[in-house]
Amino acid sequence: MTLQSDGGSGGPWGSGGSGGTGGSGGGPRNPWGQPPRRPSGGGGGRGGPDFEDFIRRSQERLRSSFPGGGDRFNWMTIIGIVVLLWVVFTSFYRVDPQQRAVVSRLGKYVETTGPGMHFKLPSPIDTVIKRSVEAISTIDIGSASGESQNLMLTGDQNIIDIAYSVRWKIRDPELFLFEIAEPEQTIREVAESAMRAEIASVSLDNAIGPQRAQIAARVQERMQDALDSYRAGVEIRGVDIKQADPPKEVDDAFKDVSAAQQDAQKYLNDANAYAQQLTARAQGEAASFDKVYGQYRLAPEVTRKRMYFETMEDVLSKVDKTVVETEGVQTYLPLSEVQRSSRKAAQ
Amino acid sequence: MDDLRRLNPVVLIGLAFVLVVLISASVFRVSETRQAIIVRLGKPDRIVNRYDESRPIGLSGAGLAVKIPFIEQVLFIDKRVMDLDMPQQTVLSTDQLRLVVDAFARFRIVDPLRMYQTVGNEDRVAEQLSRILGSKLRNELGTQPFAALLSPERGVMMDEIQKDVNRVARQYGAEIVDVRIKRADLPPGTPLDSAFERMRTARRQEASAIRAQGYKQAQIIRAEADATASKIYADSFGKDPDFYAFYRAMQSYRTTFTDPQAGEGSSSVILSPDNEYLREFRGRRGG
Repeated sequence: MTLQSDGGSGGPWGSGGSGGTGGSGGGPRNPWGQPPRRPSGGGGGRGGPDFEDFIRRSQERLRSSFPGGGDRFNWMTIIGIVVLLWVVFTSFYRVDPQQRAVVSRLGKYVETTGPGMHFKLPSPIDTVIKRSVEAISTIDIGSASGESQNLMLTGDQNIIDIAYSVRWKIRDPELFLFEIAEPEQTIREVAESAMRAEIASVSLDNAIGPQRAQIAARVQERMQDALDSYRAGVEIRGVDIKQADPPKEVDDAFKDVSAAQQDAQKYLNDANAYAQQLTARAQGEAASFDKVYGQYRLAPEVTRKRMYFETMEDVLSKVDKTVVETEGVQTYLPLSEVQRSSRKAAQ
Repeated sequence: MDDLRRLNPVVLIGLAFVLVVLISASVFRVSETRQAIIVRLGKPDRIVNRYDESRPIGLSGAGLAVKIPFIEQVLFIDKRVMDLDMPQQTVLSTDQLRLVVDAFARFRIVDPLRMYQTVGNEDRVAEQLSRILGSKLRNELGTQPFAALLSPERGVMMDEIQKDVNRVARQYGAEIVDVRIKRADLPPGTPLDSAFERMRTARRQEASAIRAQGYKQAQIIRAEADATASKIYADSFGKDPDFYAFYRAMQSYRTTFTDPQAGEGSSSVILSPDNEYLREFRGRRGG
């Protein structure tokens, strides 16, 4: 009887235990699957009745122990086994590779342990809090999508709309847990103040364009300094400026500036084209004149005559000609006919 | 042992219960995040796990502590760095510009006893400090021109404020760890709009300056090109102006009388027999 009830009581605790250690094998893991092996199983093969059976029997035993004499040994054994199992199963803990575990003994910080299985004092005495030191959290400040603006004053008293995110992770879990009351909010506020301080030290043009990367780096540095001064145990992995634009109220004016730059470039391009064209033409004409002049110098009289006649021939062959031969005769010019013929030719 | 065993189990359980109650009333846990004041009959007696900069966590006294049951009571006070958020302040700079300032501070209780005696709990410390910090901020920033509120010297100013407020904070057993301006913005409405307007006009000015510069550059380029072309012509044609006149006249005749667009025969020429071209045509009368 005693042995059987012990087996019954071992069952439920055994189940808790094997669950706690992560299971050592497939078969014996579930004690509820074993009842057929028990000779005097009153409850059948299901878990529920078996457990009720166990409770009932324990109560019986409890009752029987009160009127003095009874079977006190059994009662003490059960408590002993329960305590023992409790001690065994709360004395180990596992830390995943990306985690660190902070162990406190009755509230006092003892140590921070790395990955692996570790031993500690049983549960109410030692408590373990695990935190990932690899997982990187992100805090977004301002939105890049444009429905709301995160306006800031720049060093030259202009206003900029800026959106950025801060990536951070826990560096020292014990500091993170014990030194700072609201870590997330603290990081956010420090980020806002650091970003504003940086933006206030640069001009709008620099903040929009060339100095973005430097600003982000300096904000990161500033944040790390501030958080270290709180001993927050937090590491800032990076600050990313997602957007740094002039506010939408003045966006048109900013676009006009780039339009003006385009315009100015266009003026210059046109002028350069004109200049190239003009110079090339001058060079061409000068070169052709030089060539002709070179020939002319060799035989000026003949060349001149030749050029004259060639030109005249060319010109007069294509025009209507009237030669007035007789001297002293008033020439009648049939102007209308001349014009008609020229019109006909034009058609 | 035999006496004990002979006792009624009910009495035994009762005794155990009393023992447990006594132990739980006389032993308490102080976690690393808290400091404990032990008050004996209303009078603070001692402090467990008090904040001390030189003693890191793990060595500061957290853990189990004992008290006299029922006579001594324990008050827990936060040991961590806490947040002190202030309401937005409108600050008027010396040059009469308004700025909405949102600041925050971090503080911790360094003297729990004093804090307990002066204000009672952490929330009320925060309340007090927030009020003091608010007025300090307004006063200090109000003595600065607008530009200085944005400048890097702001850091020095904040240090000054922190030092001042810390003097007061110490009276409450608190310490300001850090004071920072979270936001310093122009208030919405007229000041913001006029800032926008200023930005717009500045950009407009920039845009027209860029256009004017571009136009100027373009004009210079054109003029230089004209000058270069003139020089090229002059260098070349200047070698024999007389021949150039002839050469150019010939070109010109071709162009003007044989305009390909007007078509053939569109011009009429009346030639006099005295024309040089017709000299031979007349059979060398005068020759």
